[in-house]
Amino acid sequence: MSGMSRTRRARRSEAVARAVTGLAAVSVVSVALFVLAYIVYHGIGAIDWTFLTDVPRDRGREGGILPVIVGTLWVVATTAGLTLPIGILAGIYLSEYAPRTFTTRAIRLAITNMAGVPSIVYGLFGLAAFVLLAGFGRSIIASALTLTCMTLPVVITATEEALRQIPQDLRQASLALGATRLRTIYKVVLPAAAPGIITGSILGLARAAGETAPILFTGAVFQMRKLPDGLSSRFMSLPYHIYAQVTSVPGWSPTLVWGTALVLVAGVSVVSVVAALWRSAQRRRVKW
Amino acid sequence: MVNALLLERDGTLAYTAGAVVADDAVDVATREDATAAVRGTFSLSGVSVAYGRDRVIEGVGMEIPARSVTALIGPSGCGKSTLLRCLNRMNDEIGNVHVDGRITLDGADIMGKAMDPVELRMRVGQVFQRPNPFPMSIYDNIAYGPRTQGIRRKSELDLLVEESLRGAALWDEVKKSLKKHAFELSGGQQQRLCIARALATKPEVILMDEPASALDPISTQQIEDTIAELKDSVTIVIVTHNMQQAARISNQTAFMLRESLEEPAHLVEMGDTKKMFTNPDDSRTESYITGRFG
Amino acid sequence: MRTPPSDGARRLGRTTTRRAAEAVVRAIIHVCGWLAIVILAAIAIFLAWNSVRAFGEAGLGTMLSGTAWYPTSDPGKFGMLPLILGSLFVTGVALAVSVPVGVAAAVFISEFSGPGVKDVMKSIIEFMAAVPSVVYGLIGVAVVIPLVKDVFALNSGMTALTGGIVLGVMSLPTVISISEDALHAVPFDLRQGSAALGNTRWQTTFKVTVPAAGSGIFAAVMLGLGRAIGETMAVLMLTGNAAVMPTTVLESVRTMTGTIAAEMGEVVQGGLHYSVLFAVGLVLFAITFTINLAADLVLERQRKRWRR
Repeated sequence: MSGMSRTRRARRSEAVARAVTGLAAVSVVSVALFVLAYIVYHGIGAIDWTFLTDVPRDRGREGGILPVIVGTLWVVATTAGLTLPIGILAGIYLSEYAPRTFTTRAIRLAITNMAGVPSIVYGLFGLAAFVLLAGFGRSIIASALTLTCMTLPVVITATEEALRQIPQDLRQASLALGATRLRTIYKVVLPAAAPGIITGSILGLARAAGETAPILFTGAVFQMRKLPDGLSSRFMSLPYHIYAQVTSVPGWSPTLVWGTALVLVAGVSVVSVVAALWRSAQRRRVKW
Repeated sequence: MVNALLLERDGTLAYTAGAVVADDAVDVATREDATAAVRGTFSLSGVSVAYGRDRVIEGVGMEIPARSVTALIGPSGCGKSTLLRCLNRMNDEIGNVHVDGRITLDGADIMGKAMDPVELRMRVGQVFQRPNPFPMSIYDNIAYGPRTQGIRRKSELDLLVEESLRGAALWDEVKKSLKKHAFELSGGQQQRLCIARALATKPEVILMDEPASALDPISTQQIEDTIAELKDSVTIVIVTHNMQQAARISNQTAFMLRESLEEPAHLVEMGDTKKMFTNPDDSRTESYITGRFG
Repeated sequence: MRTPPSDGARRLGRTTTRRAAEAVVRAIIHVCGWLAIVILAAIAIFLAWNSVRAFGEAGLGTMLSGTAWYPTSDPGKFGMLPLILGSLFVTGVALAVSVPVGVAAAVFISEFSGPGVKDVMKSIIEFMAAVPSVVYGLIGVAVVIPLVKDVFALNSGMTALTGGIVLGVMSLPTVISISEDALHAVPFDLRQGSAALGNTRWQTTFKVTVPAAGSGIFAAVMLGLGRAIGETMAVLMLTGNAAVMPTTVLESVRTMTGTIAAEMGEVVQGGLHYSVLFAVGLVLFAITFTINLAADLVLERQRKRWRR
């Protein structure tokens, strides 16, 4: 008799638990969809050819965002050019060469910690190290170096994980054929791990594109007379453009600012989705 | 300077182990007594292997003659694979492994300072238990070794690929689809691809670690046939726990045994295969062969 | 059918130049491997170096306990307590939002949902994580500020609560994905054992899986906390930035991060105010470093537990 009521109680608490956790999950989904919908709804009105090719006027209240997009691309491309080689090599070190010692553990700890440092602290570091000490001044290169420090953990981790997925047999086979470790990595392991590495890195770089704090004092400006012409130039940036208007331009145009937000989010999302889809396609081709 | 030769045999191209070119401009490891021993001869004496502090093999001495098949047999854990890995210094790749004793290939000490392990592995190839082709085309798999050796000309590579595939009895099946991805081959074909890949560096010796254990009986038979063909031109050392296989394909057999976990494994007996399987000297050999343990 | 001998001159030995090149590449790889430690140390060093003036003239103890933040007055007052409390209030709200919802959602994804639902949820969470902080701030400005203002009948909707709510949403991806990993890592055998004893899915989850993943979930919370404390742009846009000692979450506050971002543009390089901002950065760094270190050690212990 008591057994029956226990089961009924168990089943009721099960139902409650499912409902509560399900509700939490639904809330999360709803918020995400709300965010997406809100951005699209309010921003889509601004998107037209003029918006994407014109320059900002009247402190952003009119005109377009061409130099802002260009500046963002400059900085992200430079960051990629720095982060990818260094991060991939570091990932190779961790996966293929690092001994199982305490120092390797310390390196891994440092990487996770780097991922947790606040972006504004990176901004301070960038200011002190790259703008001032290295003498680059406020420039694309200073901001890119700062963003590189921020994005390195992502690329290193993506590389290491991708390399780990490659079975040891392949390395053994290559070594047994008289290839050095280096050649094995370069000719066999790295090409096989490429999809994972590239996708992980792209996701990290896409996030870097949306960061404001690291570029605040290292090179981003709100208004500029012409497009950037080199790595030592200042630059305009999509996230900063949004922030600057909302906080210091009275009467900022919601349409244009939401349009800017939409361009930023769309850019980041499209790139991320394409990268993820590409990786799935590659994975389907070669199953380990 | 002897070049790789192609021999005509029954009107078809057959594989032949080539000799090696020593390029004067190249800093090649000096060989102590290279002309003395026939190419592809191993000589071991007093070989011991320890993983950290755990001695797994002790006092192994044997002669592995060229152009023949030598089988290493023994129950699981008796150190056969470990010994095999000494012959191409693949044990170096595992940390904390210590190898003592003397191993010579064609008279030259393979663990001496003058021997580059990378070069050694071009002369001593290996085929593994599970087929492990690279995620590339059939052609690129086989061309991997030669390309590592510096061969770039397409004509040369084409020739080598064909030779090697013939040597592994795979040519007829894949000659029309060399660009096919290696993973699309069946298990047995992949293993023969791995054999062809090992052949492409024109090694003097090929080590095989239970090459057919992961395959079906038909593929196993094909592998054994291939080994029979190859032994006239390459020395083969094969580890197998399949005694019938050892009896079928080998010229000499070595029996190893680890009697307890406190003691390292050692070589119990080695000799001509026929003798080992019909009238071995050691009673332990006889027990193992008749299936009383292992 | 005699074919000409192949004249492949096999270079068996490695040329000295080739060996040298390989050695160089290997050295570069090793250097890159060590870079993470170098950069992290460099951050700490640069922060400390630039804070020296502040420690000397304003004093660390005074800064950490002072309740008045008037950096531009003469002489400047650099009491960080309002900023620290501001960060704490906002973070507290953020955790109150993200932890219950996040952990519950993670439980749902891990224990109660099928593979299709799982994939969809993971994609949605990835999307949320990819949205830049300024965009969250923008949405907060458009939606949450008026909402808080109306609901609580305030003069301004720019409060710690507002910032905390948006920050909580921003921290959800972190809390959910790490908690989900922790739950996922609990071996199937444990769950199976519990089910074999006649427990329902929920009983298994509640009595076995969640406690087993406990440390991992704790780490998730800590990392969510670290994320919230370190957030800058959204709080700048939402919390009002009044650098005074807050008493409730319905007031305007200024966080440590917001302070640095807002005031750095106007300080004299090398001056005292400049140095104090670096000191604030150093305090932030120390806090997040400790949190991350603790979370990492907890996660490592959990990983060791489940390693077969």
